[in-house]
Amino acid sequence: MRKLQMHACGNYKEHYSQEIAIFETDFGRLWMCIGLAALFCILPFASGPYFLYVLNITGIAAIAALGLNILIGFTGQISLGHGAFFGVGAYAGAILATRLGFPFWLAVPAAGFVTALVGMIFGIPSGRLKGLYLTIATLAGQFIIEYILVHWESLTQGTMGITLPAASIFGFEIGNDLGFFYVIFICLVAMTYITVNLMRTRFGRAFVAIRDNDRAAEGMGIPIFGYKLLSFAISSFYAGFAGAIWAFYSISITTEPFNLGLSVEYIAMVVIGGLGSIPGAIFGAVFITGLNEILRFVTDAFMNMGISTSFGLNLAALREFAFGLAIVLFILFEPKGLAEIWRIIRSNFRLWPFSY
Amino acid sequence: MDFFLQLLVNGLSIGLLYGLSAMGFVMIFKSSSVLNFAHGELLAIGAFIFLVLTSWAHLPILISFLITLAGCFILGFLVERIFLRPLIGEHLIFVIMLTVGLAAIFKGLLLFIFGGNLHTYPDFLPEGLALSMGAVYVPPVYVASSCIGIIFLTLFGLFFKFSSQGIFMRSVADNQTASMSLGVHVKKVFALSWAIAGLVAGMSGIILGIINGTNVHEISAIGLKVFPVVILGGLDSIGGAIIGGIIIGLLETFTGGYISPSLKDVVPYIILVFILLIKPYGLFGLVEIERV
Repeated sequence: MRKLQMHACGNYKEHYSQEIAIFETDFGRLWMCIGLAALFCILPFASGPYFLYVLNITGIAAIAALGLNILIGFTGQISLGHGAFFGVGAYAGAILATRLGFPFWLAVPAAGFVTALVGMIFGIPSGRLKGLYLTIATLAGQFIIEYILVHWESLTQGTMGITLPAASIFGFEIGNDLGFFYVIFICLVAMTYITVNLMRTRFGRAFVAIRDNDRAAEGMGIPIFGYKLLSFAISSFYAGFAGAIWAFYSISITTEPFNLGLSVEYIAMVVIGGLGSIPGAIFGAVFITGLNEILRFVTDAFMNMGISTSFGLNLAALREFAFGLAIVLFILFEPKGLAEIWRIIRSNFRLWPFSY
Repeated sequence: MDFFLQLLVNGLSIGLLYGLSAMGFVMIFKSSSVLNFAHGELLAIGAFIFLVLTSWAHLPILISFLITLAGCFILGFLVERIFLRPLIGEHLIFVIMLTVGLAAIFKGLLLFIFGGNLHTYPDFLPEGLALSMGAVYVPPVYVASSCIGIIFLTLFGLFFKFSSQGIFMRSVADNQTASMSLGVHVKKVFALSWAIAGLVAGMSGIILGIINGTNVHEISAIGLKVFPVVILGGLDSIGGAIIGGIIIGLLETFTGGYISPSLKDVVPYIILVFILLIKPYGLFGLVEIERV
């Protein structure tokens, strides 16, 4: 057996492979195993139905946020259309399941691929545009997709919405929250594994090179347009995948939730979590979903206290206020996001008593 | 033919409004390259301050107009000072997300205070301002807003062309480092341009409020319509904003009138994508040439 790897007291890396290692120490590996065991064996049984529901939507949001982080955090292309891609995935999943009778396990990845195609179409402007202009192009994409979802009635049934069949995998129905918990979190873990490793391959390095300096990247022989499209496709795949699971989870879908607000929420997750950090995307998803639920809880509590319903209604507006405030405060005071806070906390423990 | 003419007039007046709304946006972009997603909310704030002053406090129209403009001027200044200044030189996405966050904050506050209902101003424009040519009728608001728009456009044109502050602003927009080394106080320029943009936004907000009544959701939606307008006109051209606004307004009304009313709201964005693909810097925008 090889020697256990402990924290080195300095930088003793001799190979590039050590530099890109996921776990620097065996403690990290151990903690991850403990964390996964707790996630799958303890958490679902220790939580009530409402908390399980919150966990599930957090997991779905985390999958989509992971995808957006590949696009914004690693490739540096800002997309304001992620919410719409999420919607495309949801509708693709729903239509494949109802019209073509795809089973759940096939419909979800297929919806991911459909969304990836759509994402590539809206990624085409990135061939000529960058920065601000690309952002505005994706904003247009958001509105166009929303319009198509509402008005292509023969396919999407417009504002009527679609009701999905119950999800089942190889004959087992996964009707309840607990079943979906396992589906969602196994997918999330798998997606995280894929993302972490994708970012260590030549693709990931090409993405980062494009983010840091696209002209230099082109000079080094990276076909930037191809890689930008690929990044759009991968990120939309994640969004579509998450959207399809969400569609099956919420049984019936309408076009309403997939608006600009949802796109903004996803960007907020990525920014608050930490740009270009994979745990950051998950932290961000937890933070934003948690914030949403807490604010809803507070609003409901005020409504029930019966101060007056109109005051309660106004509090719904304050939810928007609190959401904006969270974004602004994070950008002003901790632009590297929750991932950076997490790193600081960890290094404080590690360097104790000499932490600063 | 009458239908066509009426659509033309409607389109022109709506377009002029879009142009006016876009002016403040272009102002900010021109001097600090910030894409302001909170612009719709700035418009709404102007409209609501005016509402409070006229129908709640019953101040005379002219005085409340001036106070609103002053208030918006200060608001723009404060926004720059508190939120944007720490971000000078930061990555683009932080600036964009900051304005998105600001938009949510302002919208939340406005909804909290005024609710989502439609409010209207007392009617104060004289009916004599209205123009009617044959079957075509132009309501007084549109005449007034066109006049105000033209006045502001001329004033800003002169300001940018001749006043020293205007020239500073243009120089900062062109090259921050170079203008800094020539002694331009860049931070002061940013503050001033946000303040002026706030003022213009307040003015446009008042006009929007007079025409459609003030409703938080509607006015902030117009804040997003600004994007196709400025891209068409060129992100850094104030005249382009007006012309872009008129073109978008016309296209929108004609699609609404002849093809389908539901297509109306999405047409500007479809055009936007095509412009971005064909001529990304718009009709009058400055073409950026990248040098390595």
